[in-house]
Amino acid sequence: MSDRPIIASGLAAFIAIATLPFWYNAFANRLGRLDLAHADGKQCVAPVEVMRRSHMNLLHEWRDLRVRDGVRTQAGPGGRIYDISLNRTCVDQCHHNKAEFCDRCHTYVGLKGPDCWSCHEAKQPLTAIAERKAQ
Amino acid sequence: MRISRNGFLRFLAAPILMLARKRATAAHGKRWVMVIDNRKCMQDEGCTKCIQACHIAHNVPSIPDARREVKWIWKERFRRLFGAEAVPVMAENRLSLALCNHCENPPCTRVCPTGATWKRADGIVMMDEHRCIGCRYCMAACPYGARSFNFVDPRPYIANRSADYPARSKGVVEKCTFCEERISAGRLPRCVEACPSGALVFGDWNDPKSEVRKLLESRYAIRRHPELGTGPSVFYVI
Repeated sequence: MSDRPIIASGLAAFIAIATLPFWYNAFANRLGRLDLAHADGKQCVAPVEVMRRSHMNLLHEWRDLRVRDGVRTQAGPGGRIYDISLNRTCVDQCHHNKAEFCDRCHTYVGLKGPDCWSCHEAKQPLTAIAERKAQ
Repeated sequence: MRISRNGFLRFLAAPILMLARKRATAAHGKRWVMVIDNRKCMQDEGCTKCIQACHIAHNVPSIPDARREVKWIWKERFRRLFGAEAVPVMAENRLSLALCNHCENPPCTRVCPTGATWKRADGIVMMDEHRCIGCRYCMAACPYGARSFNFVDPRPYIANRSADYPARSKGVVEKCTFCEERISAGRLPRCVEACPSGALVFGDWNDPKSEVRKLLESRYAIRRHPELGTGPSVFYVI
């Protein structure tokens, strides 16, 4: 009968460790809602809900159209013609800032990929481009 | 009016002939070729203006280690480029220009397991680095050494990275694309534009009035290793 405290504390420790993830989640900071800057209030190539859910599909589609089929432009809603370009259209023309838009949300949802930016480069500050053109 | 047997048969065959002719003309889209005027190009052996312009425009890294170098357009000894075509003492030791030949029958596209490289209808042998898995079969298949593999991350070796054209990452193969991005915008390839002596001429093979056709009709031209049956689209007038 003298083992009772040892058994009880062992059991308590086991239950505490086994349920740790639940406790951790119960007391961890909530992430809250992420507010991303919208693209100047202008309309995107597709409605916001579509882009939120499947922007990656659109990017894949654009990539294949541009590289494999040689299609350079696509008409958006309202007949506006968009240049099929990650850099010129998505980043430069609409969302302006890769770090503030793409990266922030991808970090928020804990996404490790995608590796677009290991080759493509977000537009540099305008001065650097002007310098290169002057050369 | 009497009609001969021959005339009657021709009359019957006329629609078929017309259809065949129409199909033949429809198949003739554009076919891009390049003609290098080697008399002009080899004049100044030290000139690398086209190479520099191309490599800056396409973010091609300058890797000092020759085993790992990446090149889209380069200069090499005439003898090494043309083999048996090079006559001893004439031009064999002089430097001549080389780039992807955009073959009519490209061996590189046949061996690619992922379809990352393929031949377009206009003759350009394209490269899709998104799909490249870096197996380097295409490099083994290309008899012209026109393809380079990124053994290391190329970005530290790109001096002024242009945001207008993507770079590549470690583990993919890359090569000249005949400036497909410029052609589709109605411009000439960057090397052609950069050549100070007008030695590079680019145009449509299927257009009999094009500058490339005129040059090939008036001067004798050679191609790199035509005996291999690849049908290079880069011609050298000598």
